[in-house]
Amino acid sequence: MPAMVRKLAQRLGMLQHSFVGGVHPNMHKLTADVAIEECDIAPVHVLPMKQHIGEICSPLVAVGDLVLRGQKIARSEGYLSVPVHAPTSGRVVKIEEHTIPHPSGMGLPSIFIESDGDDKSDESIAPISDWINTDPTQLRERARKCGLAGLGGAVFPTFIKLVQDKRFPIETVILNGIECEPYLTNDHRLMLEHAEEILEGMAIIMHMVGADSGIIAVEDNKQNAADSMQQALDARSDMDGVVVHVLPTRYPQGSEKQLIYTLTGREVPAGKLPMHIGVLSQNIGTTKALFDAVMLGKPLTERTVTVSGDALAKPSNLLVRLGTPVRSLFARQGLDDFSGIQIVHGGPMMGERLKNPDFPVVKSSTGLLAMSLQAMKAAHTVEQPCIRCGHCSEACPISLVPNLLADQCRSDQFEKAAQYDLFDCIECGACSYVCPSNIPLVHYFRYGKGQLALQRREDSFAEASRKRSETRDARIEREKAEKAARRSQVRKTHAPKTDEAKAETDAETKTGGEAGVADSKATESKD
Amino acid sequence: MISLLYALASLGVFALVAGIVLAIAQKLFHIEGDPMVEKLDALLPQTQCGQCGYPGCKPYATAVASGEADVNHCVPGGERTMLQIADLMGVEPKDLEAEPAAPMLAFVREDECIGCTLCIKACPVDAIVGAPKQYHTVIADHCTGCNLCVEPCPVDCIDMLMKPELIEHWSWPLPDTKRAQLGHERREQHAGHG
Ligand code: SF4
Ligand code: SF4
Ligand code: SF4
Ligand code: SF4
Repeated sequence: MPAMVRKLAQRLGMLQHSFVGGVHPNMHKLTADVAIEECDIAPVHVLPMKQHIGEICSPLVAVGDLVLRGQKIARSEGYLSVPVHAPTSGRVVKIEEHTIPHPSGMGLPSIFIESDGDDKSDESIAPISDWINTDPTQLRERARKCGLAGLGGAVFPTFIKLVQDKRFPIETVILNGIECEPYLTNDHRLMLEHAEEILEGMAIIMHMVGADSGIIAVEDNKQNAADSMQQALDARSDMDGVVVHVLPTRYPQGSEKQLIYTLTGREVPAGKLPMHIGVLSQNIGTTKALFDAVMLGKPLTERTVTVSGDALAKPSNLLVRLGTPVRSLFARQGLDDFSGIQIVHGGPMMGERLKNPDFPVVKSSTGLLAMSLQAMKAAHTVEQPCIRCGHCSEACPISLVPNLLADQCRSDQFEKAAQYDLFDCIECGACSYVCPSNIPLVHYFRYGKGQLALQRREDSFAEASRKRSETRDARIEREKAEKAARRSQVRKTHAPKTDEAKAETDAETKTGGEAGVADSKATESKD
Repeated sequence: MISLLYALASLGVFALVAGIVLAIAQKLFHIEGDPMVEKLDALLPQTQCGQCGYPGCKPYATAVASGEADVNHCVPGGERTMLQIADLMGVEPKDLEAEPAAPMLAFVREDECIGCTLCIKACPVDAIVGAPKQYHTVIADHCTGCNLCVEPCPVDCIDMLMKPELIEHWSWPLPDTKRAQLGHERREQHAGHG
């Protein structure tokens, strides 16, 4: 179907549930046929104290401590948080700030572990092979304890979603095997190589949330992965409610809300979670990690990473321990000289562009790309005026008007942009991708969102400061009043009772009163 | 004659009822203070630093509302606050007198603090805690960086430090394309000349 016709049909709602907009970037899935290789253990691992969305962890170990693989080395503080575990056995050599993969280039406190080469595991977490007869809350605690966070890149603590809430019963569990970002192939390989484990993980999820039906969603550029999942599904008798859906490839199909709409026709309202419409979606890698946590008692200490890019000699899919220095991974794939190269953490559409490879692999590391600077820059240096072609609005899966939003952000009209739903933008980059004028649209949106967040933070701080200052003024006022009241009380008790007495003590009171005034002046000036 | 009395009486009753309703409304919907001052005060950063030449944000708001003070005296508020005040007052924006400094934070060197409580009394937002004769601490989340506690300290044990930049609070800069910078500058010029 020609794109124009399809888009029209989408907008008119004639095509059965399919998210609007979207683009078809060249997928560059260079590593689709490269089996996952297990990476050697690095001499030193760096574990940032926050690798998830939520609150930062605090270290449980001190410099010099010996740790085992899977041992908890940092405790989660607060609800929205998961602990961090040692990726291999060894010694804690340092606890200090280290760069993390973040567009700011800033760092976080991190634990450095020097491996001893033995890779001994902490066996204290027992497998729960009989999960079907295990209380879901216990399994949920297991997911938390094992440090699980969404491995698709969003790293939302997994346990939070795995809950049975009477108000929002989950009907459908979606296994998200879309992997719509160019270059990335780690979920693809996992589905080919670990279909049974993933399916078992899905069964555990369905048991945990009490759902009977499930959908495994795969794009048609990974037909073999869909076949592999189907095969594994056919081999099981207990998952009749689960089907494999093959969807036509389109970016950003893997985005949670878009995928849910395409599969179920139900829209997740703004500011709501999928659970509010009875859906739970889980990423492939996370589901595999849940299997490891429940069936093998293994905390999250490794993940699959696609190391690729047009500037890399030997792209591959690697099974890497968390905390492994990224520089060493690139070196392993034959890249040492980073001049003229743009490092990307994640996929090329949504990933972070970083100045250098001096950061560790973390839970959100779906991909590590080495892109030639020319290829990246060609798309993003010379910004031309907008020609109002409307391609960006057509591509936007949220039906925003990107050119208008960019104008507003560029001229600091942030509140206006917010009225035009700036915050609904999922930063998928589809608009920037299609813009013939090379306008870095998403970058403008990130700038606008950041400025608005800053303003709102400042406003709420000002509000809090005002309250504090008013409380203080009121207190000072009250204290003054109390002091005055006390003073007049004192004066009253010392005051003469009768007229005769008054005449006698008149002179005395006068001097006493004056002294009192002087006294109060002294205290006031001290205040 | 009777009908005239009726008319007078009913009018009188009506007037009485209306009077009572108005009196109640007056009590119910009474607004404390000058609404303009409140609105202006809501725009100010509440640092209470006195850099505007007034002893706090509210006094400055009062001065602006009465036309006594210009709109461009609040230094910590920066461009944004100045523009908002000018908008609200319906006057031309003016250039700021000084660039806002980087956000600061007071820090008490606790081993040197003699517990005199002078800084507590100076702090306009109650951001310092500590009992007399014991060392004092600044609640970092409450400190506005106004500098007012530094002067009163008799042993000079309060430092003003740069507020640490949190990775969560980092925000994207403007894209470094020519058009981005141009658009931004145009807007700033715009603001400068009304
Ligand atoms: S980045 Fe935002 S505005 Fe652009 S297409 Fe994606 S959702 Fe729409
Ligand atoms: S795609 Fe680019 S040039 Fe076309 S309307 Fe959108 S912003 Fe303007
Ligand atoms: S300069 Fe601004 S922040 Fe400081 S007291 Fe005056 S109005 Fe308040
Ligand atoms: S602690 Fe000092 S700098 Fe901070 S708000 Fe109080 S007086 Fe101002």
